[in-house]
Amino acid sequence: MGISLPDSPIIHIHDLHKTYVVSEREAGIRAALQSLVHRRTERIKAVDGISFDLSGGEIVGFLGPNGAGKTTTLKMLSGLLHPTAGEVTVLGHVPWKREKPFLRKITLVMGQRNQLIWDIPVIDSFELNRAVYRIQASDYRRTLDELTQLLELGPLLRKPVRNLSLGERMKCEIAAALLHLPQVVFLDEPTIGLDVIMQRRIRGFIAEYNRRSGATVLLTSHYMADVEALCRRVVVIHLGRLLFDGDLSALVERFTAHKTIVVQLGDCRDDLSSYGEVVSCEEGYVTLRVPKAETARVTERLLADLPVIDLTVEDPPIEEVIERVFAQEAV
Amino acid sequence: MSALLDLYVQHFKTSLAAMLQYRASLVIWLIGHVLEPLIYLVVWSVVSNTRGGRVGGYTTGEFAAYFIVLMLVNHITYTWIMYEYEYRIRHGSLSFDLLRPVHPIHSDIADNVSSKLISLPGMLLAAVLLALLFRPTFHVVLWAVVAAIPALFLAFLLRFLVEWTLALAAFWTTRVSAINQMYFVALLFLSGQVAPLSLLPSPIQAVATALPFRWMVSFPVELLLGRLTPAKAMAGLAAQAVWVVLGLGLVKIVWRAGVRAYSAVGG
Repeated sequence: MGISLPDSPIIHIHDLHKTYVVSEREAGIRAALQSLVHRRTERIKAVDGISFDLSGGEIVGFLGPNGAGKTTTLKMLSGLLHPTAGEVTVLGHVPWKREKPFLRKITLVMGQRNQLIWDIPVIDSFELNRAVYRIQASDYRRTLDELTQLLELGPLLRKPVRNLSLGERMKCEIAAALLHLPQVVFLDEPTIGLDVIMQRRIRGFIAEYNRRSGATVLLTSHYMADVEALCRRVVVIHLGRLLFDGDLSALVERFTAHKTIVVQLGDCRDDLSSYGEVVSCEEGYVTLRVPKAETARVTERLLADLPVIDLTVEDPPIEEVIERVFAQEAV
Repeated sequence: MSALLDLYVQHFKTSLAAMLQYRASLVIWLIGHVLEPLIYLVVWSVVSNTRGGRVGGYTTGEFAAYFIVLMLVNHITYTWIMYEYEYRIRHGSLSFDLLRPVHPIHSDIADNVSSKLISLPGMLLAAVLLALLFRPTFHVVLWAVVAAIPALFLAFLLRFLVEWTLALAAFWTTRVSAINQMYFVALLFLSGQVAPLSLLPSPIQAVATALPFRWMVSFPVELLLGRLTPAKAMAGLAAQAVWVVLGLGLVKIVWRAGVRAYSAVGG
């Protein structure tokens, strides 16, 4: 529909803050009685001045440990939470006003909560959403067919939600949330608790939806496989602050001081500790950790000194990188 | 408008489907709704019989008529929304309601009406059985029965608006059940569920009339039993209309404030 200009951001966040005021008290009866008279409150900065923009059609991974402020940010973006300070606009709307034209263009999927009605067949919940979002009958049919095919929902539609497995339910949740073809999709841990195959299928679907509809997707996940498969760009937050915003590869580059060299030698007799830190040696494959700057030199020496059958240089797994990012900042 | 109608139709369908999944609980619920007026009916029949068949303007047969009609009116105007909201807020399902481009009150009204439609045949059957057992005396006044139709509609709307507003207390406190309890006790006495209002001391009658309680249940019952003059019926309908308008305003204000409180803390 081209409401937003091509180069204006779809999502705009500037210096966003959210502070919760929570009451706290020590354990015990005395403290309980004291709190009746004087309630001590504490201010918790869940989001503490973050800024980033998303352009149309991007899929961005929104990463951070538990309590980093990811869900709080997603709730401010979708309009469930009122920011304490700062600017947010999504598709030109101020989310917390929750204007109907805005709500018709976005969706929020929370992996830990469900919106489908428990006792009735999935298709009935879909029909309800059709009425809620005022989807034209012909558009509804087309979208439903497409989603049914992509997510393989065929045999699930007539079953009551309570009879579905977790993975089946999640597929249906996602379909229900996309029937109105939102331009902006917020996904909060969409693959949580799912097995690897189902995770992969949902991942594939998100990529396909993004490709077909051009929707902008902001996704949180604790599974780095999701992030690697879907997101070129990641935004990392921790303790409510922005740690990193850029390409996933740049994140790896910036936060890894080491590379992993795997050498195939045929046996484990040689001691390679003079080349680097030996991580493991199994069935003739030796894994070495070396400082990034020395990778080329070590590789050269290994090839020159030893009867190497095969040699590969790898970045450390993304989980490890992320762990390091959080660990550095948490101190 | 047609979009709203479509929404209601879909809500009816989903509520009906959900309720039919639990036929047993529907029957239990129905029994509860028959039992309560039945107890008062038995008590008042006994009292009336020991007093020579008449207490304060009601004969034994008229008591029977009163409580049977009361049972039906109560069924039509009853809501259970106050138990729902606390759950929605605690479990965060309200978040999904807030992200839909429709006001959540529509789904609640549709849900309420559809569940009543499905249990109405059961209630009517119960009314017939009670009538056979207790031999009520009805004075059918045609114009009053006609006037009872808008009165019932307004009573339903008023009670729905008041109870929906009270349910929103869950936005501020987790102790909603204390508020509910107070409200239900007031409703029990002041809406004519324990005894016809005309049997209560006049100060209490005055309170019931000044507050919305009489207009939520008692008024349509009085009308259906032919106990009101045309002038009183008109005045009653006017009072109901005024209360409904006030109720709408109240819902709007409290809803807005509640959502503001909710979006400060998050669900």
